[in-house]
Amino acid sequence: MTTELFLHNLQELRHSASLANKVFIQRDYTDGTVCKFQTKFPSELESRIERTLFEDTVKTLNNYYAEAEKIGGQSYLEGCLACLTIYLIFLCIETRYEKVLKNISRYIQEQNEKVYAPRGLLITDPIQRGMRVVSLQSLQTSVCVCECMWSVEAACSSEAVVSPP
Amino acid sequence: MKNREYQQIDPQALATPPPRPLPEHMPKRVRRKWEVFPGKNRFCCDGRMIVARQSGVLPLTLGLILLTSGLFFIFDCPFLVKHLTSCIPAIGGVLFVFVIISLLQTSFTDPGILPRATPEEAADIEKQIDNPTGSSSSYRPPPRTKEVVINQQVVKLKYCFTCKIFRPPRTSHCSLCDNCVERFDHHCPWVGNCVGKRNYRFFYTFIVSLSFLTAFIFGCVTTHLALRSQGGNGLVFALQASPASALELVVCFFSVWSILGLSGFHTYLVAANLTTNEDIKGSWSGKSGNEDIGNPYSYNSIIKNCCSVLCGPMPPSLIDRRGFVPSDDSVQTSPVEIELPAAKNDRNMVGRAVTSGRRPPPSPPVVTLQQPAISIQSHSTA
Repeated sequence: MTTELFLHNLQELRHSASLANKVFIQRDYTDGTVCKFQTKFPSELESRIERTLFEDTVKTLNNYYAEAEKIGGQSYLEGCLACLTIYLIFLCIETRYEKVLKNISRYIQEQNEKVYAPRGLLITDPIQRGMRVVSLQSLQTSVCVCECMWSVEAACSSEAVVSPP
Repeated sequence: MKNREYQQIDPQALATPPPRPLPEHMPKRVRRKWEVFPGKNRFCCDGRMIVARQSGVLPLTLGLILLTSGLFFIFDCPFLVKHLTSCIPAIGGVLFVFVIISLLQTSFTDPGILPRATPEEAADIEKQIDNPTGSSSSYRPPPRTKEVVINQQVVKLKYCFTCKIFRPPRTSHCSLCDNCVERFDHHCPWVGNCVGKRNYRFFYTFIVSLSFLTAFIFGCVTTHLALRSQGGNGLVFALQASPASALELVVCFFSVWSILGLSGFHTYLVAANLTTNEDIKGSWSGKSGNEDIGNPYSYNSIIKNCCSVLCGPMPPSLIDRRGFVPSDDSVQTSPVEIELPAAKNDRNMVGRAVTSGRRPPPSPPVVTLQQPAISIQSHSTA
C-alpha cells in the first residue's frame, strides 16, 4: 500500500517538476506557414526573467527565420540555378537557409551564455524540436528533481524487500 | 492449495533463461536516430536516403522509363541520326537524365516530415487544453481543433493523436508513412514516397520532364515509322523492320495522356499555390457556397505563386536522421520506471501474473513464489 503512495507521489512530483522544468513557446501561424514564434510572455517565467529580454530574443529569432524564408532576388537566383542543375547543386553547396540556421544556433548559444544561464534558464534551439517550439528549461530544478527521484526509488526498493514476512 | 499448485512449477524452467540485464547495465552501441524513427519509412546509406516502407511501384516506374528510353536509343536513334539530325539523341539524353535524377530525388528526399512531439511537449499541450475548463472530474478527450486566422481566413488546426501535435497549416498525416508531412500534397505510389514541402519541386520537375520525354519519344518513333514506311513499303513492313518501336509506341501512347494531364493539373496547382490535398477536399474553392473563402496562402499573382513554390528557399530536413540517439535520457528515466512496477508485480504475481502477460522479474523463483501467497492473504484481510 505504501508503494502505491510512493508511486503516486513520484508521479505527481515528476508531473509538476516536468512542467516547472520546461516552458514551451509555440508557433504563431497568423502569417501563414512561415516560421514564427509567439512573443506572448509565459506566466511561468514572470519571476525568472525580464519580459523585454525574453521578447527581444523571440523577436530576433523570428527575424532570422523571416530572413531565411524570404522570397526575393537571392532565393530566385538560387532556385533557378538549382533547377538548371536538376537540384544537384543542393548536394554541393550550403543553401541560404542552412547558413541562417547556423547563425541562429550561434545566437542562441550566445543568449544562453549572456542572458539565460545567469538566470538559471536554458533555451533549446527550435531545430532540435522540429521547429515546433522554443523550449525554455530551468537549470536548477532539473538537478533537484533527479535527486528526489533517486531517493524515492531507493526508499521503494528497500520497502519492497522488508514487507514480505 | 494455491501455494502447493504454484510450488509445483518447476523452478528450473524459470531459471533457465539468463536474467535479462537492465538496459543501463548493458553496453549499448550508439545508435543513429534513423534506427529508432517511429514512422513507417525505410532508410538507406546509413540514414542518408529515406523512402516509404511500401516503395511498391517505384521499380515499375523506373523499369518502364529505362526500358522505353533504352529501346529508343538503341533502335530508333541510329536511323533518325542517319536520316534527320544528331540533335535527336542529344535532346533525348538530356530529357532522360532530367527524368531519372528528379525521380530519384523525389523518391529519396525527406518530403517534410514533422518529428513527433517529445513526451514533455505532449504533456504541456494537454495541460494547456485542460486548464481553461479547470475540471478534471470527468474524462474529456482533448479538443481536436484550434482555430487561427491567416490572412483574414479562419483556418482550423487539427490535433494529431499519433504525433501528439497540433498540425501546422497545410500539414497532413500520411497513413501510409505514419508521419505528419508539411504542405502535404499526396502520397505517390509511382515514386514510392509522399510529396510534400521539400520534394514538391523535384516531383514537378519529374512529371514535366517526363511528359516532354514521353512526347518526344512518341514523336520520334512516329517519325521513324513514317520514314520507314515511305516508298510504298507500308506500316506493317516498318513495324517488322523495327519491332521495338511498336512497344515504345504503345507505352508512350498510353502514358503521354495521363502524364500530360498530371503536369497540367500540377501547373494549375503551382500557379494557384494549392496542394492536391486542398484541391480534392475543396478547402478553398467555396464549394459550400460561402463566397468569402479564398486561398489564404496565395499571393494573388501567378508568377509570384510559381516562384514561391518552385524557386523558394529549400527548407531543411526536420528529422535528424544521422544524429545519434542520446543515451543519457534513457538511463535517467528507465531505472525508475522499470524497477518500481516490478516491485509491485512481485506482490500481485500470484493473482495476476498469468493474465497480465508481464514477465516475472529475474529473482530466485522459490522465494518469489512463496512470499506473495502470504502477502496476498495479509493484503486481503487488511
